[in-house]
Amino acid sequence: MDWLYILMPIAGVKIFWPGLIILGVGVGVIGGFFGMGGAWMVTPGLNILGFPMAFAIGTDIAHMAGKSLISTMRHGKFGNVDYKLGFIMLFGTVVGFEVGAQMIMWLERIGRVELVVRWLYILLLMFITYMVFSDVTKRKKKEREALMAGKELDKLATGLEWHKTFHKIKIPPMVHLKTAGIYCSAWLPIMVSLVTGWLAGILGIGGGLIRMPSLIYIVGCPTHIAVGTDLFEVMMSGLYGAATYTFKGRTELVAALIMLVGAAIGAQVGTVATKYIKGYGIRMAFGCAVIGCAISVALKLIPTYFPGLRDFTDFAATVVVLTVVSALSIYITVRMVLGAKREVAAKKASLAPHAG
Amino acid sequence: MGKFFKRLYFSSLISLLLPGLAFAAGGGAVAPMVLVADTRKLDGIMAWWAGMYNESHVQFTVLTVVIIPLVGVIFGLIADVVMTWIGIDLKHRDLAEH
Repeated sequence: MDWLYILMPIAGVKIFWPGLIILGVGVGVIGGFFGMGGAWMVTPGLNILGFPMAFAIGTDIAHMAGKSLISTMRHGKFGNVDYKLGFIMLFGTVVGFEVGAQMIMWLERIGRVELVVRWLYILLLMFITYMVFSDVTKRKKKEREALMAGKELDKLATGLEWHKTFHKIKIPPMVHLKTAGIYCSAWLPIMVSLVTGWLAGILGIGGGLIRMPSLIYIVGCPTHIAVGTDLFEVMMSGLYGAATYTFKGRTELVAALIMLVGAAIGAQVGTVATKYIKGYGIRMAFGCAVIGCAISVALKLIPTYFPGLRDFTDFAATVVVLTVVSALSIYITVRMVLGAKREVAAKKASLAPHAG
Repeated sequence: MGKFFKRLYFSSLISLLLPGLAFAAGGGAVAPMVLVADTRKLDGIMAWWAGMYNESHVQFTVLTVVIIPLVGVIFGLIADVVMTWIGIDLKHRDLAEH
């Protein structure tokens, strides 16, 4: 069975290549659907397959750039990408990412990188979970109230309405983002991109996990536009991240390309699935993904305080990540297949009378 | 009840975070790591690739940044053809909700 293993030229380790493809498919599905790179799934996944941590992050970012490009192309065709917003945010994303990447190198030198990164992760993930589920709860309450009043809730209604407060800040220049349907100060997306880019650089991720909810709750994008525009940003920051991490010698291109084979298929499935699922459905599934991610990171932190539990917590964290990735990938794939079946059947039915 | 859970949530968050930050402030300066690829077990294109990594990180970076999007575009176009052949509309999304 030696042919199932490939020697990585830079990292110098033998890797089970079908594992890379499977990992690519799973992360492609979830990434294309939620508008994120999926580093929280890939980095531990690569680690399990035998990659040293130093190469896992760089390799992940390199494959993420290619995969996000595929998803962005598809979302762009659906009209889910606000390119103007994407380009405004680009500057902040790149500057923020570089500051974050430099900070990670400094933390690596003083030997505190893992602890700081994991705590930052936990803090962010708990906050995002709170945002998503409090938004869903508030919207459901609005729906119930509208139903009791005998009305139907506006399709564009949201639970959390923080973005309306941010839109009241009128610092020039003001911008009109037509695709997203937003009129706000240009400083709002710039500041959001700066902070999310910085966090992405520190955490060694594309930033989708943070930027997607920020686009929804702070900038005020509809869910589908947030997913598409975020993928555009993940692609750009992924390319920049790939360049900086490769220049620092931390990328294994061979592994990234093998993963891209699976990710190309997965990204298409995930992206097309957004056609058939409502915005709040995407938000709730995203909340579940964030909870899974937070639990896995928390499990990784426990041995810092209880070293004897390391074996158990490492195993449990891996199980949590794999379970969340599998469950979400299956859910998204099933919804995509069912939606596509309905669409193809409807097309055939509409053509049938003409044929007859 | 909601307020109680909110307070419990944020206070447990802070109590979990503070010890970590205190640990993060410690540590001393260590020399930066230098990674070198072992080319002895490699041949052909893999040996060439690892050799380039050892000789010039600039060339290695430029090629990586060119190859990744190129492969992405090729795979994306292939998937376009397959999806269109299945009969999925790749240009319209009917759902319009926040």
